[in-house]
Amino acid sequence: MHKIKRLELRGISKQYPGCLANDNIDLTIEPGEIHALLGENGAGKSTLMKIIYGVTQPNQGEVFFNEHPVNIKNPAQARDMGIGMVFQHFSLFESLTIVENIALALGKQGGDIKSLSERIRIVSSRYGMPLQPDRLVATLSTGERQRVEIVRCLVQDIELLILDEPTSVLTPQEVEALFSTLRHLSSEGCSILFISHKLHEVTALCDHATILRHGKVSGTCIPKQETSKSIATMMVGNETPISTNYNKVQGDEVFLCIDNLSTNAKHDFEVALKKISLNVKKGEILGIAGVAGNGQEELLMALSGEIRQKKSKNPSIYFDGQPVDSLNPFKRRRLGMGFVPEDRLGRGAVPTMTLSQNTLLTSFDFGLVKNGLIQVKKMKALANLIIEKYKVKAVGEFSHAESLSGGNLQKFIIGREMQQNPKLLLASHPTWGVDIGAQVAIHKALIQLRDQGGAILVVSEDLDELYQISDRLCAICDGELSPIKATNEVSLETVGCWMAGDFSVDSVNEKEIVHVAS
Amino acid sequence: MDFDLFVNILYATIRTGTPLLLVALGEMVCEKSGVLNLGQEGMMLMGAVTGFIVVNHFDIVALGFVSAAIVGMLMAILFAVIVLFLNANQVATGLALTIFGSGLSAFIGADYEGKIITSLDSLALPILSDIPVIGHILFNQDLVVYFSFAMFVGIYLFFKKSRGGLILRSIGENPDAANVIGLSVLKVRFLAICFGGAMAGIAGAYLSIAYTPLWTENMTSGRGWIALALVVFASWRAERIILGAYLFGFASIIHLVAQGLGFAISSNLLAILPYAATIVILIMLSANKNKLKLYEPVSLGKPWFKKH
Amino acid sequence: MLRLEARPEISTFWSYVSPILAAVLTLIAGFMLFSALTDDPLQALSTFFISPIADAYGISELLLKATPILLCAYGLAICYRASVWNIGAEGQLLMGALIGSSVALLFVDSTSSMAMPLTLLAGVVGGTLWAGFAAMLKVQFHTNEILTTIMMNYIALNLLVWSVHGPLKDPNGYNFPESALFGDSTLMPILWADTRLHIGILFAAIVMVLTWVFLRRSFVGFQIQVLGLDPSAARMAGFKGKKLTYLVLMISGGLAGLAGAIEVAGPIGQLVPSVSPGYGYSAIIVAFLGRLHPVGITLAGLLMALIFMGGELAQIDLGLPNAITGVFQGLLLFFLLACDVFIRYRIVNVPKLLPTNSAS
Repeated sequence: MHKIKRLELRGISKQYPGCLANDNIDLTIEPGEIHALLGENGAGKSTLMKIIYGVTQPNQGEVFFNEHPVNIKNPAQARDMGIGMVFQHFSLFESLTIVENIALALGKQGGDIKSLSERIRIVSSRYGMPLQPDRLVATLSTGERQRVEIVRCLVQDIELLILDEPTSVLTPQEVEALFSTLRHLSSEGCSILFISHKLHEVTALCDHATILRHGKVSGTCIPKQETSKSIATMMVGNETPISTNYNKVQGDEVFLCIDNLSTNAKHDFEVALKKISLNVKKGEILGIAGVAGNGQEELLMALSGEIRQKKSKNPSIYFDGQPVDSLNPFKRRRLGMGFVPEDRLGRGAVPTMTLSQNTLLTSFDFGLVKNGLIQVKKMKALANLIIEKYKVKAVGEFSHAESLSGGNLQKFIIGREMQQNPKLLLASHPTWGVDIGAQVAIHKALIQLRDQGGAILVVSEDLDELYQISDRLCAICDGELSPIKATNEVSLETVGCWMAGDFSVDSVNEKEIVHVAS
Repeated sequence: MDFDLFVNILYATIRTGTPLLLVALGEMVCEKSGVLNLGQEGMMLMGAVTGFIVVNHFDIVALGFVSAAIVGMLMAILFAVIVLFLNANQVATGLALTIFGSGLSAFIGADYEGKIITSLDSLALPILSDIPVIGHILFNQDLVVYFSFAMFVGIYLFFKKSRGGLILRSIGENPDAANVIGLSVLKVRFLAICFGGAMAGIAGAYLSIAYTPLWTENMTSGRGWIALALVVFASWRAERIILGAYLFGFASIIHLVAQGLGFAISSNLLAILPYAATIVILIMLSANKNKLKLYEPVSLGKPWFKKH
Repeated sequence: MLRLEARPEISTFWSYVSPILAAVLTLIAGFMLFSALTDDPLQALSTFFISPIADAYGISELLLKATPILLCAYGLAICYRASVWNIGAEGQLLMGALIGSSVALLFVDSTSSMAMPLTLLAGVVGGTLWAGFAAMLKVQFHTNEILTTIMMNYIALNLLVWSVHGPLKDPNGYNFPESALFGDSTLMPILWADTRLHIGILFAAIVMVLTWVFLRRSFVGFQIQVLGLDPSAARMAGFKGKKLTYLVLMISGGLAGLAGAIEVAGPIGQLVPSVSPGYGYSAIIVAFLGRLHPVGITLAGLLMALIFMGGELAQIDLGLPNAITGVFQGLLLFFLLACDVFIRYRIVNVPKLLPTNSAS
């Protein structure tokens, strides 16, 4: 008997100003199939799923749902048809409860709050992700918020569930739990479109994969029959080196020393740091893993000096043996600190200022200011040097920071900090959202600084990255720091436990160590 | 101080607080949707001048209030178009609305300064107004005062109980998420701005038709701005807005109290009081800054643009 | 279907064209307004915009009117570059006038050469402190500066009115709410013989140059702009936001105070309740219209002065209320904000969506 196709896309194209986001894309998903949509950032994955969910409309092409031609005008229509979507940046309202959030999305179909609460309770426990409907979203962890998003889809009759990079915010253990929920759903006939750029997850979970590159379908495959390498080549093409292995080193003497650092949370959305102690040595990279929102931001702010503790009897932060607790970022930079913040546009660089001006932003101490006046020529020369040396693709030093692609701006910011020869570099999510070419360049620059004797602290959610570049590794959870281990002595599973707050697991079983290379 | 004076002061406090209550409620609804409209003063002035002129010509008080509401709404639409559809800065556009409103109202009202109209009469509510003391203070007022009571209750319930209130709040918190789940952000914001405009128009007309009743240039003398502070003071909650409005109402008539007590302080100095009180209250709020943040609509003042 | 579309990068071209387009649109709106109100709209427009500056005396009056507006607007531009929304130039100007007058009244019968400088200095101090108080409220108590500066405008006005009714009232003034006339030694020296134009315009010229150097060349000016565009970048770089906030407000207040003192020691010659017909508010429009750039502000300030003079002439020659000035100011700002949309967005013609389902 002919099995009807759940979703079929034929020749979908979507034009955005200055870029063709989707170019003649075909895609078919069967009932109960878990289908992966793979591609680098900017390959057109997000646009395609927004088209399927009715957030945006294609310029060309046809969409068939259960073999009926459809024109999905908005998300409400998509939901009525049985399409649900879990967004990467959750579309939840913090000041509302779980049930209010779900009621909002369901509209009139949600029925009254009481019966909806009951349905939420039933559905969520049935799929192994229990929720209390009357809790405020603001009090939920990232993993729980994702559950709310999924349950929001499941309380309706659902035939296709789209998940956009669902694992990037989860610990390895939470990822496993999510996968079993998804398998459960698929066994009941619900189709799943799983968007990711993590190949090992796709191999573990998905039946089919469609790979996008520069807005076009660059290949389709059955992931279980492919190697990570062959899929990666479809994603990035042949010309880009896919990954490099760097040697691990032991650092020299200690440069950054944190001794029992504790802070108070000023409001509900902040995490208090609890008795954090660590050392970063000259000539090593220390990696801190963790799910976002577990105190990483607060720790970096405390180290950069953007937040200073009011008064403490005992200093808790030392640069090269000197206490710096009371010093502002300005003064800490003079002691050799460089900082690459997580938000590159709107903190690392001022969007509407030129690259020259953004050079001046942190390099003012390097001969660019004389008698309070800006030395314009020197400023431009330094900007040009950074652009050239770090291969930043920009029209010139006069380009506005916002006109650069994420990867190029990040290369510029890293270059700007590198050029100051920092003794200590703080880097937060250094390759978040950049293409693989820029990722490799940034990693190389960090390793180079390490080999010159720089002390580097990297905070990242990307475990692959941390395993690749850091010499020692630890994790942060709810403001507490796990034990610190040499990277090649700690298993992925252990880091997973640390990320979930279980610090008792630090026994090392050499055979368990999985080195994940993308 | 004798008891009659005390009652009369409370009676006057309600009257004085009423325009503030109306504007502040309107602005609160607007801000809850994520739009900061600093044009309250301009919309009030346009409402005041329109109401006055209409009553002066047609001698129908109700028509004065209705046309004031419409003109206030038209001013708000001007603001909404520039802010919502042209994505302009809300602060600058609100200021422009105030400057434009004071200029235009002074211009069209120039010939009406010093003219006299039939003002709004008070209307004792049966039974309720017979309650001792409170009956006179609360229920021997005019229709617009009762209207402000009704609006207070309505808005309170709207946010507490209704799905509409939920939608408005969610859009003010996270317009991107609201858009994604299929709520029409711009439509809701447009309606909220219009509502704010109508309320400001009525509040302005209350000043020129009922409270004074006269038209003079810039007669709102900063009430639109005080209302903006009031919304912050009330941390976006209707029950605190009503309290704040009457507190400010009291501060603005304190010269009556002073006279009643036999103090001779210059009325120019006493006129400073409501403004100084506003600053003091803003300072007091700072002690609870982080708590305030919990109530402030997260997207307040940030333009939102639908990307296609 | 026409639709707005974000530009990949802000358009420098439109940031210059927008204010000019706004001025043209204001003229067109003015023409329509005059068509409704008068028989000869072209004549009315010319009365409003050309007659005031048709002769040399008119030009001198234009510069005289522009002086306080410009001084306020340069200061506001510095504030707005830091995203400190000082709406209080009016109050700071009035405090400058009030404190300046208090000093000037000490020199009524004196011929001291220090009378004028001390009066101006007192004005600067008055404005600086008044704005400094707003800065303190913002920095220490995180109050919204828009609301506090507005409130302080009303307070300053009431203080001024109180003082001309009370302590500063001219004892021989038949109980008019005015101060005594200032002594000759206090008055601003005349720059252009047979006109009222005094050396205040030179102050404005100097401040223009200094503002340019400050914003364009100085590191502190750079820090201010980073703070305004991107506070988290400023924090990341370690710039001192609190001190910068004090600095910009106090500079702005000082300049507004100077403007106030110049007005009372210049064309007015005494303290009266109506020192300012809203110069401080107009300066906000001028600062925006001039793109927060000293040269742009200078041009915008001259246009604003012309609108003030046009309003006065319209009242005399056309019998229209003086308040028409305010209408033009509001229109100008509205058109500017609307035209500014093109700096960040462009209008594209998007073809109607193709039907995604085939006809079959």
